[in-house]
Amino acid sequence: MTENKVPRDTWVEIRQEILPPGERAPQVPEDTAQVPLIMVVKGFLEHDSAMGERAQIRTLSGRKEEGELIQVLPRHTHDFGDAVPELLEIGPRVRAMLEGGEPCEG
Amino acid sequence: MKDNSYQAVMARNNEIMKQAVGLDYSRFSRGRLAFDYQAMMTEAGYSLEEVVAVQRETGVGNTPLYELRNLTRLVRRTAPQGKGARIFLKDEAANPSGSFKARRAALSVYHAAKEGYKGVVAATSGNYGAAVASQAAMRGLKCIIVQEAFDSKGVYQPEIAEKGRACEAYGAEVLQLSVGPELFYVFLRILEDTGFFNASLYTPYGIAGVETLGWEIVQQLDQQDLKPDAVVVTHAGGGNLTGTTRGLRKAGSNATVVGASVDLKGLHMASDTDFNRKSFTTGHTGFGVPFATWPDRADVPRNAARPLRYMDRYVTVTQGEAFYVTELLAQLEGLERGPAGNVSLAAALALAREMDQDQVLVVQETEYTGAGKHVSAQLSFARKNGIEISVGDPSQSKPGQSIILPQDPSQIRVADLELDALRRSYIKNALAQLDGEELLPEDISFLAEDCRTTPEFIKTIARGGN
Repeated sequence: MTENKVPRDTWVEIRQEILPPGERAPQVPEDTAQVPLIMVVKGFLEHDSAMGERAQIRTLSGRKEEGELIQVLPRHTHDFGDAVPELLEIGPRVRAMLEGGEPCEG
Repeated sequence: MKDNSYQAVMARNNEIMKQAVGLDYSRFSRGRLAFDYQAMMTEAGYSLEEVVAVQRETGVGNTPLYELRNLTRLVRRTAPQGKGARIFLKDEAANPSGSFKARRAALSVYHAAKEGYKGVVAATSGNYGAAVASQAAMRGLKCIIVQEAFDSKGVYQPEIAEKGRACEAYGAEVLQLSVGPELFYVFLRILEDTGFFNASLYTPYGIAGVETLGWEIVQQLDQQDLKPDAVVVTHAGGGNLTGTTRGLRKAGSNATVVGASVDLKGLHMASDTDFNRKSFTTGHTGFGVPFATWPDRADVPRNAARPLRYMDRYVTVTQGEAFYVTELLAQLEGLERGPAGNVSLAAALALAREMDQDQVLVVQETEYTGAGKHVSAQLSFARKNGIEISVGDPSQSKPGQSIILPQDPSQIRVADLELDALRRSYIKNALAQLDGEELLPEDISFLAEDCRTTPEFIKTIARGGN
């Protein structure tokens, strides 16, 4: 069965439910109160573990954390986004303003 | 077995904090709600000379001060005759970890190491996380950063995703949470379990570290025989404004200090659905107003950041204006920097128009830029979340619904928040702590000092007047 498991010492991400929907702090707005408080943390697997199952990790500060194994070698997916046409107009327009028109002091 | 339920851990807040900050705040208490602020800053903090020495050890500070000649020219094109101050920019992105937060982290981490803590913990979704992680790496301490990072659908705010990545790059453990103030519960549990130092942004160390920023501005201008007439500070938790102003004053400057925040009116900071409808994760009114009107909501008993003590004026700009000036800074000055650090620059372009041409206006920070922390990343993300992006009059935008980039630099405007209204709100928050008890004379003088008003003003509000 171990062939389906992620080997120990692999860099992974686990997920924990910290507070279920009914137990959120009294001051949170309604939309937040209806969803659980979730925490994710990355670390090295302590034991061979299956995706979606409970797993234990060693974090970068050397602590142990347990939670559902959700990602293996997690990728950073944030980027520079799409080109934004409204932004592309700005440079040429202000450069033209500085080059053209009345000369100004300073 | 220790009770680690939410209620039990929150009830242990005071004892956990005492251990994790190593400072007995009660010795500064006076009256019913007053405390001796200056004594706290002097006795528990560090002198400017000590701060300089500590920061020099890890390469923090001494960042360049650029004169923004092209932006000054651009402002003068839209200003009345004779108006348009010279604009200078303190390039805080040049700090290790890429923001002025390195100044605050330098002191906190130095202090933690000196006191024998094995590691540091900070609750922050901002640049401060990377700053603490970087300084901890330099001083050989362990580091844990707790971030509010994603909504209930698991969608990360791109800027926070980048800050989390940066923390890990410096070797820190990063705990990432969904939206909600109960992050504080996780933070307390980590402090209790590890015995690490709470590298709060709001200790006297976290504020003393920023004083060098104000000090350097005065010294660098003095080398050109100039003095700052006004300094614009991006305002969120209040530390940037408090520390910078204290540094300016210590250097003998009486420059006008203007706080600037991005207007996020109408968006709830603890709302899961609003979380990814904002394009700024800091430097906005969602922090700026509550921290001005009640500083002691912070993660330490007494906040060393007290913005109303130091603020001469508080203005807001829109998200679209801050994005627009970020583009201007890259296109006209050749400085590509992060948008959140440019909130004060947006305000400056409007404020310079009100000032004479021989006056000097200083924008006191920039931050690094990169994947996620970038105008195009934020605008694409906003568009995906249904926010309407257009070009036109930014004053018509509505936070959470639309972002309007100015058509022309003359459309960059600031909106003033009335300081007396903030003071009233602060005093009411203070009175609410009293449970019906009367203010003692020392409370009245403390409150007057803490929001820079007269004892009569405090008494009037306390009597229920306006």
